[in-house]
Amino acid sequence: MVAAVGVTFSITMFIALLGFMNGLNELLDGLILNRTAHVRFYNDIKPNEQQPLDLSEEFKDWFNVIRSIKPTVSRVSIYNNEAIIRTLQADNRVLGVAPKIAVQGFFNVGNVDLPAVLNGIAVEEEDRLFAFSDYVVAGDFMDLKYSANSIILGKGAADKMMADLGDYVQLTTAQGNRVLLKVVGYYQSGIGELDNLQSYVSLNTAQKMIGETSSYVTDIQVKLFDFNLSPGFAREYSSIFGIDADDIQTVNAQFETGSQIRSLISYAVGITLLVVSGFGIYNILNMMIYEKMDTIAILKAIGFSGSDVRYIFITIALVIGFVGGLLGLIFGFIACLGIEQIPFETEALPTIKTFPVDFNPKYYLIGGVFSLITTYFAGFFPSQKASSVDPVEIIRGK
Amino acid sequence: MEKKKVIEAQKINKFFFSPNKTQVLREVSFSVNKGEFVSVMGKSGCGKSTLLYILSTMDTDYEGKLFLDDQLITGQPSDKLSRLRNEKIGFVFQFHYLIHEFSVLENVMIPGLKLNQKSREELEHIALEKLKIFDMQDHALKKANQLSGGQKQRVSIARALMNDPLIIMSDEPTGNLDKKNSDLVFGIFRELVVEFQQTMLMVTHDLELAAKTDRTIEMEDGTIISYG
Repeated sequence: MVAAVGVTFSITMFIALLGFMNGLNELLDGLILNRTAHVRFYNDIKPNEQQPLDLSEEFKDWFNVIRSIKPTVSRVSIYNNEAIIRTLQADNRVLGVAPKIAVQGFFNVGNVDLPAVLNGIAVEEEDRLFAFSDYVVAGDFMDLKYSANSIILGKGAADKMMADLGDYVQLTTAQGNRVLLKVVGYYQSGIGELDNLQSYVSLNTAQKMIGETSSYVTDIQVKLFDFNLSPGFAREYSSIFGIDADDIQTVNAQFETGSQIRSLISYAVGITLLVVSGFGIYNILNMMIYEKMDTIAILKAIGFSGSDVRYIFITIALVIGFVGGLLGLIFGFIACLGIEQIPFETEALPTIKTFPVDFNPKYYLIGGVFSLITTYFAGFFPSQKASSVDPVEIIRGK
Repeated sequence: MEKKKVIEAQKINKFFFSPNKTQVLREVSFSVNKGEFVSVMGKSGCGKSTLLYILSTMDTDYEGKLFLDDQLITGQPSDKLSRLRNEKIGFVFQFHYLIHEFSVLENVMIPGLKLNQKSREELEHIALEKLKIFDMQDHALKKANQLSGGQKQRVSIARALMNDPLIIMSDEPTGNLDKKNSDLVFGIFRELVVEFQQTMLMVTHDLELAAKTDRTIEMEDGTIISYG
């Protein structure tokens, strides 16, 4: 009985711990990964690799050293982007494609100019792929699409400008164009730096602001079904289209490492719990064998062989493991439900109201299998001892 | 008509090795015929219990030959011995060795369940029949630890009878009982021999009890001094 409670407890803890840890993991990963494109295509600003000197016939065989090279004025806009987007959408690895325009500028608030990065987005696609609406804390994000010259302000920037919903803010782009934009919502990602700087407008508004045509797009964001494919995908299309591509794993490598180590730790703790309870069962069965020495002796005298006795004790151990494990899984599930109800509100994470918990059946499977394995071994050694009990010695001793 | 030998021992030698080598049994040879009630008598320490454990096949560390039902069983693997024991030998010990967690009926049924030749219902029926011999059928559903000492010993005899063994071996079956109960148990033995032609081998140090059996084998210092 006590042994079963031990197993129950450890499995409960195992499940609760893993569920909770992985829930947090997914939340933290999601914070960055969900909103980051798996592959981003863009034109990087960099110096031309082929300087005029290299092309000159006269200095062809010379070793040329050029200092202070400036980046070339290349177009930030992606050439022929509509065709690229169509090609990407036709690829069956791709979940979705969202074009984007980045615009630099300043908000003019009285005498003060606040720096701003405006993202011109395709509203519906952005929401579908990057859960945009989750981070819009006030107002309706679809207003961005329906009303012209509207803006969703970063929460930090909005607080600084004291801009309420429905107010107008004035913005000067880096090119010198001035626009009045109506505030239709606030955006809060949980990452303060972003919220101070980033604001969102629709693709059309952004194109209008910088005076470009509707074919002007600076970034193409791609979301894949399996983001592990992104490095290869990025390389492949970057060479086809002749533009730069970043993949999520290169850019956000540290998040991967972090979450891996966190789950490693939680597995280690969980397995330790199970092993400890395994020793508990081992002890209890050992005691039981000393207590039941007489019974074992008489069973053997009646005609039970050593392997029968071993079978009995391993069965007992496995029953303990099975019952304890099953109860543990149930209690673990209940504990997870409980944890999920605990309120957890922070300024930084607007979408989270309670502790996040992961109910992945994988952990239940691992927990169940492990409880059987540990109890099997915990039963195996005592049963070995029981099977070798010599009935003559026991009966003689009385 | 010559009677069939149920068990036969030929020149059994047995040594104890700790603390030092001592010979417990010297060239012990004898046999028990079917339907016979034989007692082995001797002072304590003369080796009579040791002999019984060898005959019971539980102790395999001896020299000599042992036949059960005309089959040589010396040197057989322990799994086979377990099966033989289950099928052909019934035990009654000084102590009852009932399993307290089980009911009386279940205790009696255990050897039958192990033999695994009949269904559970049949076994329950047989076990009840066996208990009836001892007037214990009313206690069938009680837990073993709710019985008195004499009752427990009777249940353990019923258990020994469960598989209709060739021979019942008992080691001081009345050693733990008072006069009244030991007479009762002995009466049962007697009855089994007379009514069911059950072969019995009983080890005892009680002269009075031994005198009531068909034949008494007397032992002293590891050898048989009289075949009765």
